[in-house]
Amino acid sequence: MALEALRVNRLRSALTMLGVIIGVSAVVILVAIGTGAKDAIEDEISGLGSNIILVVPGQLNFQAAPTQSRLDLSDVNYVRRVVGDPGRVTVSVQSGENVRVGRNEAFVTVVGTDENIPNVFERPLKRGRYLTETDIDTRRRVAVLGSEVSEQLFGDLDPVGRQATIAGVRFRVVGVYEKVGATFGVARDRETHIPVTTAQRLLGVQRVNGIAIGASGPDVIDSLGQKVVDALTTRYPDEKFSAVTQTQLLGTIGTVLGMLTGVLAAIAGISLLVGGVGVSNIMLVSVRERTKEIGLRKALGARQRDVLGQFLIEAVLLTTIGGTIGIALGVGGSLLIEALSPVPASITLWSILLAFGVSAVVGVFFGVAPARRAGRLDPVVALRAE
Amino acid sequence: MTAFEAAGLTRSYQLEGVTVDALRGVDLTIGDGEFAAILGPSGSGKSTLMHLLGCLDRPTSGVLRVGGVDVSTLDDTKLAELRNRMIGFVFQSFHLLARTSALDNVALPLVYRGVARADRRKRARAALEAVGLAHRLDHRPSQMSGGEQQRVAIARALVGDPQVVLADEPTGNLDTRNGDEVMALLERLNADQGVAIVLVTHEPEVADRARRQIHVRDGLIERDVA
Ligand SMILES: Nc1ncnc2c1ncn2[C@@H]1O[C@H](COP(=O)(O)OP(=O)(O)OP(=O)(O)O)[C@@H](O)[C@H]1O
Ligand SMILES: [Mg+2]
Repeated sequence: MALEALRVNRLRSALTMLGVIIGVSAVVILVAIGTGAKDAIEDEISGLGSNIILVVPGQLNFQAAPTQSRLDLSDVNYVRRVVGDPGRVTVSVQSGENVRVGRNEAFVTVVGTDENIPNVFERPLKRGRYLTETDIDTRRRVAVLGSEVSEQLFGDLDPVGRQATIAGVRFRVVGVYEKVGATFGVARDRETHIPVTTAQRLLGVQRVNGIAIGASGPDVIDSLGQKVVDALTTRYPDEKFSAVTQTQLLGTIGTVLGMLTGVLAAIAGISLLVGGVGVSNIMLVSVRERTKEIGLRKALGARQRDVLGQFLIEAVLLTTIGGTIGIALGVGGSLLIEALSPVPASITLWSILLAFGVSAVVGVFFGVAPARRAGRLDPVVALRAE
Repeated sequence: MTAFEAAGLTRSYQLEGVTVDALRGVDLTIGDGEFAAILGPSGSGKSTLMHLLGCLDRPTSGVLRVGGVDVSTLDDTKLAELRNRMIGFVFQSFHLLARTSALDNVALPLVYRGVARADRRKRARAALEAVGLAHRLDHRPSQMSGGEQQRVAIARALVGDPQVVLADEPTGNLDTRNGDEVMALLERLNADQGVAIVLVTHEPEVADRARRQIHVRDGLIERDVA
């Protein structure tokens, strides 16, 4: 019966639905993009490896300038003892340096580190080998290149066994990493790893920038991080140390992106609201046009709630049909964006259910006023209407 | 039993500060199974009286009992249920739903009585057969003549087994032949099923077919001839 009423005014129903269709598809697409971005960043973070704890000097505060590190290799050994499993702890000393091979030159991030890199990070090798304990102990001048560095300096050649000059000092390439991509704008493929001991001499420093620990499982991450921070604070009572975990990063970023997605959805929601106003408007027109019909129904025994229900169902039908079409368009649009553009889009069930639910609610909300007007019409007045 | 019992019935309208007294104190009793015609000049209050009897409207003052129930004790919902159960309406301009088949038009009162769809259709078909329209079940109003449309409306008035059928100028829009047919139908309904009929008319020959003529003038009953 309600469908029949909508079919009578096909064009008008379609135009009324259009507002809802646009609103719902905008919600679905924007949420898909927001979720896609979040997924992409979470992938990046998990791509580092699993259960990683970064121990850094100072308090973790995104606004503050980085604290000057006073950690050195003895502190790293101390942390190794605290952790109990030395193989799970690795270290980094970083500096931007020029690397030269013949006439090719590249500015790269030189990272002084040790043999535990593969135990902590997800860093597969393409060629050669990782740094070894002997490399560290004997302060060898050997390097493992990031994939991009290798390409830039050696082109298609296999760099393993060849020479490269880092900051004026000759090194031998012993390995090349697989391409791993960027994390937080850190181009890890542009890194060159050398033994931490060699790096400290090359750069003329004692300090290390940070310590990374690979926890044995997700459930010990927080307690282990706390344990290490406590141990370091005991050793240096005047200093602050922080343990950053992937869970924390994911949590923070998830919150930020979740908010962003929410804001996008809210903006799209406003257009849905405007669509609802259109529905309300058309329902009022429809009630006026069908005054006589309402009078007749009442004469035949329709109660106020029968008439109210009839118009409410029509309004909800308008918005949910519109909502369903909007969802289909939104899903199609998201798939197109995902396929044809670099913007990631990931469709979530909740956004679809929410969009549908909201369009039904919009129908009820904006249908109630016209439906009540219909329900309250005086049957005599309605019957006499021309 | 009496279908209607009215005492001192008045109905006034406020129109831009002016009070129009459409009914000025009507006393009227219509028994079960009666066949009464209401006559009177235009604007005398015939339709107003019909609307009050049909519980579409409430009197300004006075008492009205329908089927023994004082309507002032009923709220709008109860009044709607009373209409649905007791009264069948026939209007001058038919008032059928335009894009709805004859069958569904006739079944409409049963929708509001909560009758199941299959049962509704069965009873609507029987009512249409009773008015001689068994061959027009799926026709829409626009596909039928005026006489046929009014017969559909009569079937709709009958379908709920009412105690009374109220007809406001049922032949007003019909030619003589179709008007005759409609009147014959109402007479048969009254004779065979004992349904009380109250009809408003301008036409003396229509009024003559009723067993009682109630003349209304200026909101009062001027003459009541049985
Ligand atoms: N809703 C209303 N508001 C104001 N005045 C009304 C209203 N309905 C009816 N009237 C007035 O009440 C009086 C009686 O009207 P009613 O329709 O009952 O007359 P009637 O006898 O049915 O006339 P007709 O033969 O032309 O149908 C008229 O003067 C009319 O103008
Ligand atoms: Mg009238």
